[in-house]
Amino acid sequence: MDLQTLTFLFVGATFALYIGIAFWARAGSTKEFYVAGGGIHPVANGMATAADWMSAASFISMAGLIAFYGYGGSVFLMGWTGGYVLLAMLLAPYLRKHGAFTVPEFISDRYYSKTARVVAVICLIIASVTYVIGQMKGIGVAFSRFLEVDYETGLVSGMVIVAFYAIMGGMKGITYTQIAQYVIMIIAYTIPAIFISFMLTGNPIPQLGLGSTMADGTYLLDKLDQVVTQLGFAEYTTQARLSSTNMFVYTLSLMIGTAGLPHVIMRFFTVSSVKAARESAGWALVFIALLYTTAPAVAAMARLNLMTTIDQPTAEQNLAYADRPSWFKNWETTGLLKFEDKNNDGLISYTGDKKTNEMVKVDRDIMVLANPEIAGLPNWVIAIVAAGGLAAALSTAAGLLLAIASSISHDLLKGVWRPNISEKEELKYSRLSMLGAVLIAGYYGFNPPDFAAGTVALAFGLAASSIFPALMMGIFSKKMNKEGAIAGMLSGIGVTLLYVFQHKGIMFVQSTSFLGDMDPNWFLGIEPNAFGAIGALVNFAVAFLVMSRTAKVPAEVEKMVENIRVPASN
Amino acid sequence: MADNNNNDYWKANIALIVKCLSIWFVVSYLFGIVLVDVLNTVKMGGYKLGFWFAQQGSIYTFVILVFYYARSMGKIDKEFGVNEK
Repeated sequence: MDLQTLTFLFVGATFALYIGIAFWARAGSTKEFYVAGGGIHPVANGMATAADWMSAASFISMAGLIAFYGYGGSVFLMGWTGGYVLLAMLLAPYLRKHGAFTVPEFISDRYYSKTARVVAVICLIIASVTYVIGQMKGIGVAFSRFLEVDYETGLVSGMVIVAFYAIMGGMKGITYTQIAQYVIMIIAYTIPAIFISFMLTGNPIPQLGLGSTMADGTYLLDKLDQVVTQLGFAEYTTQARLSSTNMFVYTLSLMIGTAGLPHVIMRFFTVSSVKAARESAGWALVFIALLYTTAPAVAAMARLNLMTTIDQPTAEQNLAYADRPSWFKNWETTGLLKFEDKNNDGLISYTGDKKTNEMVKVDRDIMVLANPEIAGLPNWVIAIVAAGGLAAALSTAAGLLLAIASSISHDLLKGVWRPNISEKEELKYSRLSMLGAVLIAGYYGFNPPDFAAGTVALAFGLAASSIFPALMMGIFSKKMNKEGAIAGMLSGIGVTLLYVFQHKGIMFVQSTSFLGDMDPNWFLGIEPNAFGAIGALVNFAVAFLVMSRTAKVPAEVEKMVENIRVPASN
Repeated sequence: MADNNNNDYWKANIALIVKCLSIWFVVSYLFGIVLVDVLNTVKMGGYKLGFWFAQQGSIYTFVILVFYYARSMGKIDKEFGVNEK
C-alpha cells in the first residue's frame, strides 16, 4: 500500500476511536464535565496527564530543537520534566485536598476575593490561548504534510474532532481520549527511534544507543561532533544556548511554568485522594520520561542522518540536487525545506557558514516527521508517526480548551456574574464556552505568530510568573492575603509580558515591538522565552511587600490553609 | 493537641521536600548546567557525563524523586495519623 493510503487509514482509525470514546464517555453532570467525576485511577490519570502535557511541541518540535541546539536543547528536556517534581511536592496534593473544580476557584477561596478569581482567569486564558496556538499549528503541519490537504483544511478537520469529544464529554471524554492518545503517541515516537537506533548502533534501545558505538567503532556522539564541526557548525555535545545564566534561568522558567499550567494542574483534580494525587504525578512523569529520554536520541540520530545524507567527506562527492531523495522533494513542496544552488555546481552543500550554505531553510519542526523517511523506514512507520503527531496535538489542545472553557463557565459565569444558575444551565454554558474556546484557538491557528515550541515556551513564562507563585504562597504561607496575591500576579505577568512584547510585538504583532535602541536580551543576556522565572521572583517579592502593609488574613482562611495541608483530619 | 500534631506533620513534610528538591537542584542545575564542563571531562560509554545528566540522568532522577516522595509521605501520613481512610 502506498504511504498516502496507509496514512489515511491510520489517521482515520484513530479519529474513529476518538469519536467512539466521545459517545461512550458523555458527561451528565458538571462534576463529570470539569473533573471526570473525580475517581480516575492514579495510573490512568498519569497516562492522561502525559498526553495532556506532551504537545505538538514535545512530539514534533522538541527533538528538532535539540537536533539543532545540541546540548543547548537540554533546557527543554530538564525544564519540561523537572516541573513535575515541583508539582508533586508543592501543589498537586494540597490542591486535590481542597477539592475545587478549577484553578481560579482555589485562588478565589484561598484569597477570599472575586477580584483574585478574575485576575487568575485572565492569567489562565492568556497562558492557555498562547499555548493552544502551538497545537493548532502542529495539527495544520501534520495534516498538510501527510495527508496532502492544505493547512486550512487540516486545521478545520482537527478542530471538528476535538470540538466533538470535548463538548460532549468534557473532562470525562477528554480523559479517556487522552489515554488512547498517549498509547498512540508513544508507539509512534518510539518505533522509528528503535529502528534508527538499531540501524546506527546495533542497540535497539535509543537511550543506550545514543551512548553506543557505530559500525566503524566510533561513538555516535563523537562522530556527530566531528561531522558538524567539520562543516562549520558548533560542537553538538557542548554547544550552549547563549550562556550558562540563560540556560539556568530558562530551565527554571520552564519548570515553574510546567507546575503552574492550569490544564496540567486540573488533571490532578480528577483522582480520588491526596495519596492518589502524589502517586499520579509519579506515573505521569514515568510516561513522560519514556518520550523525553528517547527524544535526545532521536535528535542526535536525525541530525547525523541528515548531515551524512547530504554532505560527504569531500565537497565534490556531495549529494547532487538532481538525485535528491523523495522526502527532500516532499518537504520542499511544503516550503519548510529550501535549497539554493549558490555556486551552481548542482551539488548540495550544507555547512555552518551562511555564505556558502545552500540549505537555506531547514525548519526544525520537520525533523521528527521527516526522520523516518530520511532513515528509509517502511511506509507504515511513517503513517504511524503522522497519527502520533496528531494525537499529541489533539490531546493537549483538548486539555487547554477545557481549562479555558471551565474558567469561563465555572469561574466567570457561575462564580462571579450569575451565581444562581442551576447545574443544568451551567453544564449547558460550559459546553457553549468550549465551543467558543475552539473557535478562538482556530482563529489563531489560521494566523500563527511563531513556530510551535516558541509560542509554547512563552505560555510557560506566563504560567510561571502568575499562577505558580499565587498557588504556592496560598499553600505554604498562611499569612499571604488577597492584596499581596493580586499585586503579585499582576506585576509578575506584567514584567514578563513587557519583556516578551518589546521583542516580539504586542500580542506578537511584529510591527508593534518597542525595543527601540536596547539590545535584544538586555537583561543579564536572558532571552524573552526564559523570562518567566524572573517574573516569578518579582511576583513573590511584590506579594510579600504588599502583604506586609495591608490587612491580615481572616482567621477562617488560616484554618482553611491548615486543613489543605493534611490529607485527612484526625 | 490536634494543632500541634498537624504542625509537626507539616514540618516533617517541609523537611522531606527540602531534601528532595536539593537533589532535584543538584542533578539538573549543578550537574547539567553549572558544572557541565567539569563533568564532561569524564566519559560514560559514549556520553560525556555532564551532557548525560542534562539529557538523560536528571530525568531518571526526577522520576525516582517523585515516587520516593509519594512513598515517604504515605508513611509520614500514617505516623501522624492523618492518612486518608
